Amino acid sequence: MSKRVLMKGNEVIAEAAIRAGCRYYFGYPITPQTEIMHYMALTMNKAGGTFVQAESEVAAINMVYGASAAGGRVLTSSSSPGISLKQEGFSYIAGAELPAVVVNIVRGGPGLGGILPAQGDYFQATKGGGHGDYRNIVIAPASIQELYEMTVEAFNLADKYRMLVMILGDGTLGQMMEPVSFREKEPIVIPEKPWALTGRKDREEHNTIQSIYINPDDLEAKNIELQDKYKVVSRDEVRYEELNTEGAEIIIVAFGTCSRICRNVIRQASGIGIKVGMIRPITLWPFPTEVIAAAAAKPETRAFLDVELNAGQMVEDVRLAVNGKKPVHFYGRMGGNLPGQQEILDRIIKIHEEGK
Amino acid sequence: MIDYSIILAGFGGQGILSAGKMAAEAALIEGREVSWFPSYGPEMRGGTANCSVVISDEAIGSPVINDADVLIALNLPSFEKFKKIVKPGGIIIIDSALVKSVEAPDGIRFFPIEASTVASELGNMAYATVVLLGCLSAASGSFQKESFEQALRDVLPERRHHMIPDNIRAFEKGEAFAKSRQALL
Repeated sequence: MSKRVLMKGNEVIAEAAIRAGCRYYFGYPITPQTEIMHYMALTMNKAGGTFVQAESEVAAINMVYGASAAGGRVLTSSSSPGISLKQEGFSYIAGAELPAVVVNIVRGGPGLGGILPAQGDYFQATKGGGHGDYRNIVIAPASIQELYEMTVEAFNLADKYRMLVMILGDGTLGQMMEPVSFREKEPIVIPEKPWALTGRKDREEHNTIQSIYINPDDLEAKNIELQDKYKVVSRDEVRYEELNTEGAEIIIVAFGTCSRICRNVIRQASGIGIKVGMIRPITLWPFPTEVIAAAAAKPETRAFLDVELNAGQMVEDVRLAVNGKKPVHFYGRMGGNLPGQQEILDRIIKIHEEGK
Repeated sequence: MIDYSIILAGFGGQGILSAGKMAAEAALIEGREVSWFPSYGPEMRGGTANCSVVISDEAIGSPVINDADVLIALNLPSFEKFKKIVKPGGIIIIDSALVKSVEAPDGIRFFPIEASTVASELGNMAYATVVLLGCLSAASGSFQKESFEQALRDVLPERRHHMIPDNIRAFEKGEAFAKSRQALL
């Protein structure tokens, strides 16, 4: 690993993509992720790739579709309102089984909302947004180092499963600087892409990439095939971090920026004699249901506290996992505000007192 | 253990964001955990700008500061806005050539230094933030002069390295002020 250098989250994402062999970037500017574009505009051509500032988000995602269909490693990035515009493209990419990486540096919504950090796009990211029965792998890094490592991994996963992989960050992670150290060589795995539209050459038939299946039996078969793939991803690609959960009375569930704040809350709580642990989902889809269910089954676990920068979205998945075994509390901030450690600690003290 | 949360605030164009980055770079050289978070969005020249820097021996939770250990203010609106969130026993450093006739809240270690005047005497107004960083270093111990000098060498392009000695002179002016003031507090 290189020595630690101070870099902005957005720039690290772009650097990671280029290191991962991404040679096509199509984007449209929007705060708070525009530095990804700036960095790509400066470096993509030097890396021998193609950078296009598209005329709109819709155009950008369809350029992603095209470049991916031709076998390229492709990235687009945006922030909440721009991601909404790309949703139609996500559905087509899922239907056509194309690998692609999309970064959403989330800002407060709904509508144009604000430009400050939020996690209000959890539902959209994990439950669709576009039409039809499809899934995207959604990864939620919590530090600049993770933005780097997980962006590289996102490209490998996208190619492995021919799926769209979303990096779900927020304005904090995009805008902040933190130390990052880079590997000398990236663990790049690019499989053969015999399906890609690279010209017929000596193939007997030309390849086609499509998401249209007019015959209902064909479309059902395609859907079954997709669902089988999603089952494999759900089985093999769940990622999470467990912190101090052994013997914990209260278990926090938080992702991304919130998990950073909660990490310090756990230390504070331990200082006043309350044993708090955390399960941090790293993949939001597939969701770490089993580890949460297992924690809920432990007799020493008294309650869960889900902390998010929204009105309560992931908490629904937590409740499904806990399945009524223990109370699941929620604490959230909205509009671009981050909770302070003390606010979360106060909530933990309240849960602790109620449980006595 | 070191754990400082520092807010730098002033007008856009005063070099606030760069000064914060230099403090973070210097602390990084000393092996600390650091984070830097800017006010971002519709900022413009003449508007207000600020950044939050956290320097710690432990992993940093929120890079956004709710209670600050240190405020460095380069204009009156920033001083008025952020003085309320400085913790009791915390530090407020102001460029008193720009923020005039103000009192710090009770229980705050107050360092009013005419940083802009010192900088203009050194022949470059851009050194004002460096004077304030020198003051920060001596008042808080969050990073040392040697690390700041190393950070300058790392960050500045070669063709700007001739400016390092003047930067250090500016830094030392701030340091000396903080030390003499410290003795009175």
